[in-house]
Amino acid sequence: MAFQNKKSSVRAAGDRLIIKGGKIVNDDQSFYADVYVEDGTIRQIGENLIVPTGVKTVDAYGQLVIPGGVDANTNLNAPQRGMNPADDFYQGTRAALSGGTTTIMDHVLVEPGASLLTAFDQWRETAEQRACCDFSLHLDITCWHEGLCEELETLIKDQGVNSVLFFMAYKDKYQSSDSQLYEAFGVLRDLGAIAQVHAENGDIIDEEQKKLLFLGITGPEGHILSHPEEVETEAVYRAVTIAKQANCPLYVTKVMSKSAADVIAKARKKGIVVYGEPITASLATDGSHYWSKDWATAAAFVMSPPLNRDPSTPQYLTSLLACGDLQVTSSAQASFSTAQKAVGKDDFTLIPEGTNGIEERMSVVWDRAVSTGKMDENEFVAVTSTNAAKLFNIYPRKGRIAVGSDADIVIWNPKETRTVSAKTHNLMVEVNILEGLEFQGVASVVISGGRVVLEDRKLNVTKGSGCFIPRKAFPDTVYKRIRARSKMAEARGVPRGNYDGPVHDVMSMTKLVPPTPTNRGPTCPKSQASLRNLHQSGFTLAGTQIDDHIPRRSAQKIVAPPGGRSNITSLS
Amino acid sequence: MSDCRRSWNREDELPVYLAGPITTGPNQRKTGMFSSVEGAFESKTIDFDNYAVGRKGSRTPRSGSRERVLDAGDPVGKTSSEGREGSPSDSPGDTDDARPGVVVRFSSGKESPNGESERLLIKGGRVVNDDQSLYADVYIENGLIKQVGENLVVPGGIKVIEANGRMVIPGGIDVNTRLMKSYLGTRPAEDFLQGTKAALAGGTTMIIDHVTPEPGQSLLEAFECWQEAADKKACCDYSLHVDIPQWNEMVKDELELLVQEKGINSFQVYMAYKDKYQLSDSQLYEAFSFLKQLGAVVLVHAENGDLIAQEQRKILDMGITGPEGHPLSRPEELEAEAVFRAITLGNRVNCPVYITKVMSKSAADTIAQARRKGSVVFGEPITASLVTDGSHYWNKNWAKAAAYVTSPPLSPDPTTPDHLNTLLACGDLQVVGSAHCAYSTSQKAIGREDFTLIPEGTNGVEERMAFVWDKAVAMGKMDENQFVAVTSTNAAKIFNLYPRKGRIAVGSDADVVIWDPDSSKTITAKLQQSTSEYNIFEGLECRGGPALVLSQGRVVYEEGQLQAQQGTGRFIPRKHFPDYAYQRVKCRNQTKSQQGVTRGLYDGPVYDVDPAPKYITPSPSAKTSPTSHQPAPIRNLHQSNFSLSGAQMDDYIPRRSGQRIVAPPGGRSNISLG
Repeated sequence: MAFQNKKSSVRAAGDRLIIKGGKIVNDDQSFYADVYVEDGTIRQIGENLIVPTGVKTVDAYGQLVIPGGVDANTNLNAPQRGMNPADDFYQGTRAALSGGTTTIMDHVLVEPGASLLTAFDQWRETAEQRACCDFSLHLDITCWHEGLCEELETLIKDQGVNSVLFFMAYKDKYQSSDSQLYEAFGVLRDLGAIAQVHAENGDIIDEEQKKLLFLGITGPEGHILSHPEEVETEAVYRAVTIAKQANCPLYVTKVMSKSAADVIAKARKKGIVVYGEPITASLATDGSHYWSKDWATAAAFVMSPPLNRDPSTPQYLTSLLACGDLQVTSSAQASFSTAQKAVGKDDFTLIPEGTNGIEERMSVVWDRAVSTGKMDENEFVAVTSTNAAKLFNIYPRKGRIAVGSDADIVIWNPKETRTVSAKTHNLMVEVNILEGLEFQGVASVVISGGRVVLEDRKLNVTKGSGCFIPRKAFPDTVYKRIRARSKMAEARGVPRGNYDGPVHDVMSMTKLVPPTPTNRGPTCPKSQASLRNLHQSGFTLAGTQIDDHIPRRSAQKIVAPPGGRSNITSLS
Repeated sequence: MSDCRRSWNREDELPVYLAGPITTGPNQRKTGMFSSVEGAFESKTIDFDNYAVGRKGSRTPRSGSRERVLDAGDPVGKTSSEGREGSPSDSPGDTDDARPGVVVRFSSGKESPNGESERLLIKGGRVVNDDQSLYADVYIENGLIKQVGENLVVPGGIKVIEANGRMVIPGGIDVNTRLMKSYLGTRPAEDFLQGTKAALAGGTTMIIDHVTPEPGQSLLEAFECWQEAADKKACCDYSLHVDIPQWNEMVKDELELLVQEKGINSFQVYMAYKDKYQLSDSQLYEAFSFLKQLGAVVLVHAENGDLIAQEQRKILDMGITGPEGHPLSRPEELEAEAVFRAITLGNRVNCPVYITKVMSKSAADTIAQARRKGSVVFGEPITASLVTDGSHYWNKNWAKAAAYVTSPPLSPDPTTPDHLNTLLACGDLQVVGSAHCAYSTSQKAIGREDFTLIPEGTNGVEERMAFVWDKAVAMGKMDENQFVAVTSTNAAKIFNLYPRKGRIAVGSDADVVIWDPDSSKTITAKLQQSTSEYNIFEGLECRGGPALVLSQGRVVYEEGQLQAQQGTGRFIPRKHFPDYAYQRVKCRNQTKSQQGVTRGLYDGPVYDVDPAPKYITPSPSAKTSPTSHQPAPIRNLHQSNFSLSGAQMDDYIPRRSGQRIVAPPGGRSNISLG
């Protein structure tokens, strides 16, 4: 495979490994075979492999050998209100590895007005220093304007970013208008990137927040009350509409409610290229905790869109995930300590948003979907790893056990169960939103870049061992259809003869325009300005005309050519 | 199916018909005569009885069919009515029911003078309300219905109208007309006089017109201007909606005045027309909240204006300037999206929402689904969307294509009318409007080189009732009671005119229509009341029509003759908080009140937000435009937190450098409370 442009020095130190006796599970099939890994790459797959002596043997008897998980949504470095997340690239990726995730895609939050490239470089640098597993980066654009096109082109063409997120929420801060989204989507389509949206109607949220604070509701329950489900659904619907118009692939991050998931499922049924991403939290728990009497617990669940109050939401989302209506699971990891969350103790709108989930993601999906019989092991691999790799164009380097792929491998033990607790998890944050829940299915061995990083419940990670995975533009899975449609969707005009009938004379009438608009808004400057130029040259005829008998409103002047009122002349 | 049968019948029975000067196919698209509407059919009313020589004997006797109990599906009745359709007419201006002395007999004794207070008795009719139909006589005095029942005791010497078993229905209410909407200073070709005349000729006895102030104009002034014009010219009762072109404090005061003192309870907001009328979501939210407090119904023009503006630019750039650019730049999705958003806003604010001009299947489906989830939302398909589709935008004749320009546009999907009729029949859509706003071809031609300048609006006020009958009742989708509901009663209820309008009951206004389900006519611009040169329903055939129309107790339309008097229309004020829309909303207000959780005070550690955020990436490059929005409001709230020096209990937890934790002496116990 041609993509071996990584830090080979690091990878050379990778172990030579043979994984024996396991059942290899890809998204398309499962089979029994051994896997030989060398230099961080899978070299051989098969039975009775001929391998050098002295290689380390990993015993996978009775377990599944699956491609390492790809977590398509983390926020390990994005500050909120000046606070950095409690878990940064080091702790975050460490936790990811312990849960069986070997690639993360982090969001580069570019503050309004900042340079995209600078932010990206900074992020990449930080991650390269601290990340323990491979990573890739999404770009979050908070203020779209034409000036960004150039930087965006550089990032997409040269820097290996092929996904850009826009916010439909966070009014007056990050929110993009529909016009901006449409323009941006058009640019992204031409560059071959995937548009991601944080889909919530920021205008409504803003109003609701004001209302609730006015009512004296300041606790975390105000968060969910001000972010009702419909607001999410509405924005998803709108995003889908805009994407359809712009013919741009759309990826909806953080699908938290049934109705939002339904909108995506329906749009897919209509043939729109849209993908939905439920997250660990929405698959595992619900929003009842916002009413917890313990402020710290309630605040720990604060994230946008919020967890849904409907307790059947997790099951429903899992079902849609199983049937393919939703495609990717991620964690939306963004953890803030209780002290950080407490910034909003008197005002829920100030609580930093984010929950944990990077570590539990794979187990949650196995427990909720595979153990319950909704999904088989191949689909499990698809939603936790392969689909994300395909969408974001790192397939088959990631997301598949195949010769030539990266040696990101997880030995999955479907029998074992583990109970989640903040005491035992690998993150720094003090509250785990899945506290006390028991999940079946655990990563028993994790191999990242050819090195065994988790074995016998012991983590052995190296800070800075992760490399940046560049992603090419125009991922096939997404763009094949888009390209075809671009060709098909050319609208054509109707060839007509010139209209040579009478034209109402606007010139004389513009005087009647009601008393000049105030300074409040540009009142259609385009139409009024262009009107005169277009029609001033219409010639007038004096005397009686053939259509004089037709009653007209007084004070209207009709310009008619000598031929009278025949509406159309030329054309066959 | 009925369509098929209809045409089959005709071909079978009336071969000459097809050879006649007007080839009225049931489907408009078959006929290519539109390029020459002007004068093309000058005095060419066909006399079918002449064509069908020797067939008269085989026809059902006319009087026989009159006295039958109405049966819309009766093929015999239909056939005969088709035969009669073109019978010689005394007034060439009216196709409808040109059958003197046959349709309705006026066996009047001693007629009282045609004064203001005409006394009338409608005998032998079947009174059809939205809930039931019954045979009863209706006695009218002083413009009010005084008695309904059998064997009424009435004074002598009154005018008696023999309905002969026909339907007696409440006059139609057209909730959406724009008879004075100016476009770049030009007024529609039809004003209140012609518009209301056309309405009466079609069986509509009340219109609700849109007051459309320009941005910056006072709503009150515009309202008064409209009222004055209508008082002078309208021939039927009218009421007014007021459009809100922009949202600001000044508007609020005027709205309050309009609701409290002027009798307006419905206001329209726009989600389209960017930089002109469009309101942002925040403004919509505020407007909805405010109007809800006033008890008004919010009408929404639902289209995503942002995207339309973008699409228009794109399509003009592609060199498409003709009317086909109009539907291309306003695809169905944009309508459905905006409808969805409007409903979401309505749900959040808990305010009734009324979607004007439902033009596409998906928009209608969105409304239907929202109603299923309990939203208080109403949908209004219009005559055009119930009858025709958007294929005409691609017509080679510019003038014809331009005539169809309206927003949202007619959907190019030819199955749309059928779908909308079905939803109307099952109650998912409630009201039929006309969105009548007729501009002449020369006015439309303002946009001959740029489709975005074409003034928007189609006709439909005259044809509205007849087409609902034809497309829904005659097709068997709807019964006569539902027909009354969607053309009249529902509108009266939503806009708080009920039971004064929209019902035949003692005490109601005597706006009564005697409906002839058997009549049939072919729509053409030559023979309509309306003055516009183009009729978008040109050549369509339509069953059902009014035989006689009473407005305020006076006969204004009879046997194809219009006797409307200019200026007789009254302004009907409407009270706020219509029960039909607001009862549920009021209950929900009480139950939906939100409550916080009572918690002890959080006394754990609080992160100290650094007043100077370090995260800002170094100096934005010259390319980027620095924005004014930086996360600002945090500082003031939290700067007063006290801090502690010295070692704290949680010091062992590694933190990113440069962060300071403020913790109270109690250490990390997160919460107090029992």
